[in-house]
Amino acid sequence: MLQRLRENKAWQGTLLALPTTLWLFVLLVIPLFLTLVVSFGRRSPDGGVIYGFSFHNYLRLIGYSTNCPAGQSACFDPLYAQILWRSLTLAFWTTVIVILLAYPLAYFIARSHPRRRNTFLMLVLVPLWTNFVIRVYAWMMLLREQGVINGVLGWIAAQFGLPFQPLQMLYTPGAVLVGMVYEFLPFMILPIFTSLEKIELPLYEAAADLGANPFRTFLRVTLPLSMPGVVAGTILVFIPVMGTFIVSDLLGGKQVILVGNLIQNQFLSARDPTFGSAASLILMIMTLIVTYFYTRKFGFGEEIITA
Amino acid sequence: MQSEFAVELRDVVKQFVTPEGNLLNAVDHVTMQIKNGEFFSMLGSSGCGKTTSLRMIAGFEWPTEGEVYIEGKPMGHTPPFQRKVNTVFQNYALFQHMTVYQNVAFGLEMEGADKNEIEKRVKRALEMVQLTGMERRKPRQLSGGQQQRVAVARALVKLPDVLLLDEPLGALDLKLRKEMQLELKALQQELGITFIYVTHDQEEALTMSDRIAVMSKGKVMQMGTPVEIYERPANRFVADFIGESNFLEGKIKSVSADEASVFVPALNAELSGVPMSKDFVNGEEVVISIRPEKIRIVDADAEKDGVFRAKVINSIYIGSDTHVFLDCNGVRLKVMEQNHISRLDPHSFYHKDQAVGVYLIPENTLVLKKEA
Repeated sequence: MLQRLRENKAWQGTLLALPTTLWLFVLLVIPLFLTLVVSFGRRSPDGGVIYGFSFHNYLRLIGYSTNCPAGQSACFDPLYAQILWRSLTLAFWTTVIVILLAYPLAYFIARSHPRRRNTFLMLVLVPLWTNFVIRVYAWMMLLREQGVINGVLGWIAAQFGLPFQPLQMLYTPGAVLVGMVYEFLPFMILPIFTSLEKIELPLYEAAADLGANPFRTFLRVTLPLSMPGVVAGTILVFIPVMGTFIVSDLLGGKQVILVGNLIQNQFLSARDPTFGSAASLILMIMTLIVTYFYTRKFGFGEEIITA
Repeated sequence: MQSEFAVELRDVVKQFVTPEGNLLNAVDHVTMQIKNGEFFSMLGSSGCGKTTSLRMIAGFEWPTEGEVYIEGKPMGHTPPFQRKVNTVFQNYALFQHMTVYQNVAFGLEMEGADKNEIEKRVKRALEMVQLTGMERRKPRQLSGGQQQRVAVARALVKLPDVLLLDEPLGALDLKLRKEMQLELKALQQELGITFIYVTHDQEEALTMSDRIAVMSKGKVMQMGTPVEIYERPANRFVADFIGESNFLEGKIKSVSADEASVFVPALNAELSGVPMSKDFVNGEEVVISIRPEKIRIVDADAEKDGVFRAKVINSIYIGSDTHVFLDCNGVRLKVMEQNHISRLDPHSFYHKDQAVGVYLIPENTLVLKKEA
């Protein structure tokens, strides 16, 4: 038996993949299937599930409503579609801003002296030692009406004898965006750093030698070679931002509801697991579609600039 | 105005701080003039300053002191992308994300050449290095030798005044290396471009170069044609570094215009008619350098000027040659004999403790200063 295993590569592969396959089957495939089944059902009056096959929940998500002014049996209510769109755009802008902030920093770290590099990387990782939720709370302390930022601004205004009205920063889309960017920045810095670090110094020299100034070297050599890092970082940032609800919950309050909050509400307070399931699946499908087209366009980052 | 020299280094110093915090002159007051159309090599072991010198010509490093001139113009802090020199890097430094075609076209695109022009020149460059048909491959899909050719084509397509090559054949196996040596040399002659070639392989330098600068510890030890460097090494270092040499210590007895008589205590004899390339004075302590292949082993009882008695220590057969180690009055001498006859008969070898005569032909020896 052992002898055969030693000789049979296919067996070895199967054996090695077995634990993960089981794990994924039990904890991903089965729950996903259950979610799908539930999403086609209807909410029972006590918050349970009446199984069936209806697209009602999906129609609700794109604006079909039965909760209409008198006289109409069906009408258009964009509420949920707006939430989906808001989640998508917020995730998009978060990712864009995170790339713009992370890239220069990753570049700086990658080109810094090897002895200092680890220190810088540590500094990037230090915030991750603190709990995610606590870091969001910290932003509440900074942004709220009597928070640190308003305090400092008020103090400065007082020095010049100017009137000061505390800024409303908390519970705005901007606050959610800032929080998201802050939370997910390290997940962009690390992959970009990794791919930048792999670029060997002679490549920069070769580009310069062939007549490329630093700007063109960046466009034609550095950027394309670091695209795998940008792609990886984008996936690491975009997908969780699409689904997270803590940041929007704490920094956005009732003002900025994302699809993550919607799902959370349906399962916990509205007690409609069928609608929550449908929203979860739609979120997953949206994310998959975006990721699919994104990776198809950018591949592994080769040849994007060099047409 | 066209300068006589393609590249000139005037009293160039490059100082580095070592990891221990000491200052080190990686290049120490180097002056060299490289003529237009010349195949010039910088030869030395690692750390001798050859690569640093090349990098200063390319513009990747700036001299701490002194000045680099290209086509007669002082380079100062001119960045690499504004110098009319191109480099073939040690590990090729090909752009892995681009095809062969894109790699070679890169430099022309940076010049702003138009598409047709680029296509024409890339095609010609690839023909030159025999890579036609490989345009669409990625560097990863090429063999080491092919990658090396891409690196050469990428640099040559820009038609630089000077091509800098930093140990370009170091990663290739011996046979391919020898092939590429001849190819590069032929290419250089065909194009008439000045090549500055950095290598630690003396045979490579001797094979390819018009002139060689032998470097050690940041200094130029000797500059000259391969024949000059090999036949008339300027000092003990060069005699030892290029090829092999036997050294006999001695004292000058008398000098004429370009020959000396030297008394060698170990042999208890005076060697006369020994060539010298520097001025020596009577009584000066010197060494005599003798190349192993220029010593002849003769019969033990041969009576002739310049023949000394010796005993065989051992002899090693290495295919084309046999290396014979002799003990001559306590001085160890190495002799190389070419195997122009078959050695299948074991009696054709010298055997241990065999008494032989060793003939030190005066015109094949050389007087050098005692210190390295």
